[in-house]
Amino acid sequence: MAEAIADNSERELPYVRAITEGVREVLLEQDNSFVAGEDVAGAGSVYGYYAGLLDEFGPERIYDTPISEEGIVGLGVGASATGCRPIIDLMFMDFLGECMDEVANQMAKMRYMFGGAATLPLTMLTMSGAGASLAAQHSQSLEAWICHLPGLKVVQPTTPYDAKGMIIAAARDDNPVIVVLNKMSLGLMGPVPEGPYEIPIGKANVVRPGTNYTIVATGRMLHEALKAATQLTELGIDTEVIDPRSLQPFDTATVVESVKKTHRVMVVHEAVRFGGIGAEIAAQIQEDAFDYLDAPVARVGAPFSPVPYSPALESIYVPSAKSIVAEAKKQLGL
Amino acid sequence: MSGTDLDALPDGGKHADAERPGVTEESRWGKSATGASIKGANALSLHVPEPVGRPGDEPNFSHVALSAAGEVSRPAVDAYAGDIKAHATSLVRVLSDDHEAVGEWAGATSLALCVQGLRAMMKVRAYDERMLIAQRQGKTSFYIQCTGEEAISCGQRLALERGDMCFPTYRQQGLLLAQDYPLLDMICQVFSNSRDKLRGRQLPVMYSAKDYGFFSISGNLGTQFVQAVGWAMASAIDGNNRIASGWIGEGSTAESDFHSALVFASVYRPPVILNVVNNQWAISSFQGVAGGASATFAERAHGYGIASLRVDGNDFLAVHAASKWAERRARSNLGPTLIEWVTYRAAGHSTSDDPGKYRPKGDAEAWPLGDPIDRLKNYLIKQDRWSEAQHEQTWTALQEEVRAATREAETYGTLNEGPKPSALEMFEGVYEEMPEHLLRQRQKLGV
Repeated sequence: MAEAIADNSERELPYVRAITEGVREVLLEQDNSFVAGEDVAGAGSVYGYYAGLLDEFGPERIYDTPISEEGIVGLGVGASATGCRPIIDLMFMDFLGECMDEVANQMAKMRYMFGGAATLPLTMLTMSGAGASLAAQHSQSLEAWICHLPGLKVVQPTTPYDAKGMIIAAARDDNPVIVVLNKMSLGLMGPVPEGPYEIPIGKANVVRPGTNYTIVATGRMLHEALKAATQLTELGIDTEVIDPRSLQPFDTATVVESVKKTHRVMVVHEAVRFGGIGAEIAAQIQEDAFDYLDAPVARVGAPFSPVPYSPALESIYVPSAKSIVAEAKKQLGL
Repeated sequence: MSGTDLDALPDGGKHADAERPGVTEESRWGKSATGASIKGANALSLHVPEPVGRPGDEPNFSHVALSAAGEVSRPAVDAYAGDIKAHATSLVRVLSDDHEAVGEWAGATSLALCVQGLRAMMKVRAYDERMLIAQRQGKTSFYIQCTGEEAISCGQRLALERGDMCFPTYRQQGLLLAQDYPLLDMICQVFSNSRDKLRGRQLPVMYSAKDYGFFSISGNLGTQFVQAVGWAMASAIDGNNRIASGWIGEGSTAESDFHSALVFASVYRPPVILNVVNNQWAISSFQGVAGGASATFAERAHGYGIASLRVDGNDFLAVHAASKWAERRARSNLGPTLIEWVTYRAAGHSTSDDPGKYRPKGDAEAWPLGDPIDRLKNYLIKQDRWSEAQHEQTWTALQEEVRAATREAETYGTLNEGPKPSALEMFEGVYEEMPEHLLRQRQKLGV
């Protein structure tokens, strides 16, 4: 990423270790920050991204909780309302179903309902995404559920650099922030500077500049979009790729600015297409840049079905560079 | 708070913090709450449960409360829950250390049924061993063994009747194998191949077999427990005589689903057995993280007025006798029973887990309740109904049966090789009938 290069950092880390570093920086910086979740202490999370933190910070900063997502989120809400800055871990995003009242009706609304008297500096990390053969209940991308809730911020790191910087930004924010991680990106390598730094929440990242086509891609789909952009550019479509980074708040201005330049745009996400965040982005584009559009806004997302287990089916189900290029060709009449 | 008597302060201490130097309204509510941290003689602290042993330590199970075989009484089937509270802290055991069936719970299980149970448990173990190998060979991505816990599902299944419905978690393959459910069907599901009855949709081991009273398994924990209660209520509403059996791990009793299930079971007294399998570990969290150090899981039932038993889960005779007791209660309209099965998860949580990272080496071998297959085998040998030679022969035959079924399943494909589930059927089952927009999306995907 441009910022990392600017930082002159040569050091590369996998996404999973960038998460660890982000959380570690928060624990060093904030005395009243702690981590709570299932299997986070002894095992360092089922994906290992808290590895070593129990040894470094001790059992009063890293809590293995009982298996109750409702309890974990409730703990986070209660603790943050009294001044702590907890990092709570929801092992899989699918488990939102087990704690949705605490998320939707408590965490999101408490500041508003308390007349502004309650501040919830709460960070929630959760793991999303298909592609690992984990089937219908461990593979979903449910960003749309939480972006629909006024009071929450939602960010989605796509690179190791973003993962660390977004966790730090989320933990420093005085609002509840949900950091939506991606399980297929855990091994992804990338530059990660030493020490603390922030990725500003609410600002999109133009990852690849281009002149006559824009792809807005969230989460892991960023990497599929970048592959698709290379193929499209070979076909003469100089493609710009934007990573919104933050879904709530959403940086409409950066997207609109791009569309005003390229006049054609596609929105890509891994979630089910119907009612996905892409529908909102497409609507905002046509509201703010209708006169600049030379083609309808295209959307790529998963089909309207639960995520299947079989890799043979899952590979058809999950959007890819191939499906992005195919949809772009259709949109552009190529 | 620092231990100040807030009631003694004007306005009940509402502004107590604000009166302390360095503590502002802002820090009370969290802008920079670090300044509000008070560490002193009267500071509060949390109890953070820690397991008795971690890797590098010697196995230690001195905290597990045991009773001697035969020590615990067998109450009448219509016993009032409040009169048998002691059964939630003692441990029902039948098989003694010298391989005899002793006490009031003995005699409920015929020798023929014991032989049937032993074969079922051995089949489960042979199946688990073969599927673990298959996972290592890449024929599936994931497998969950139930090593050491075979007696619980096999023993209870043999106490139930056809038409009863179990709502299992992922370590009750014995519920199927004790009924001789076709191995081929199970393996094809695990391999997610072209003959998989669930058509490649579900995680391996998440079988579903309505005809065999095996509901299905949820990846999000605890949900089946309330469903079991709901099913049992429906059975009573329909006025038939079928009962339900819900299953949950001790770790998942933390989920609110467990508590909702107990409330509904308490209020409506439906015909349900509420099984809590306490195998000591929920992935990396020991049972103390689920509150097991404060009270037994069987005692959870008392607050709801539900009868409960705490039973040796590695003792086939105790499992069968206690299950039969609860089954009789349920079918006689005497309401729900909660049973805590005390056992040990001898293997990892799943093939994605390495228990060497969080528990002492040799724990499984040191488990004081032994191995359920060995214990039943030794009992049957002592009763002259079994022999070492028969055991060896049966084990070899079962291994061969599982191997043959595996070979046959492979002809229908494995996870990454051979025929696959049909993509054409991928969107079937989302709704009862495929709606127009799903038909269109299938056409669009070109499958």
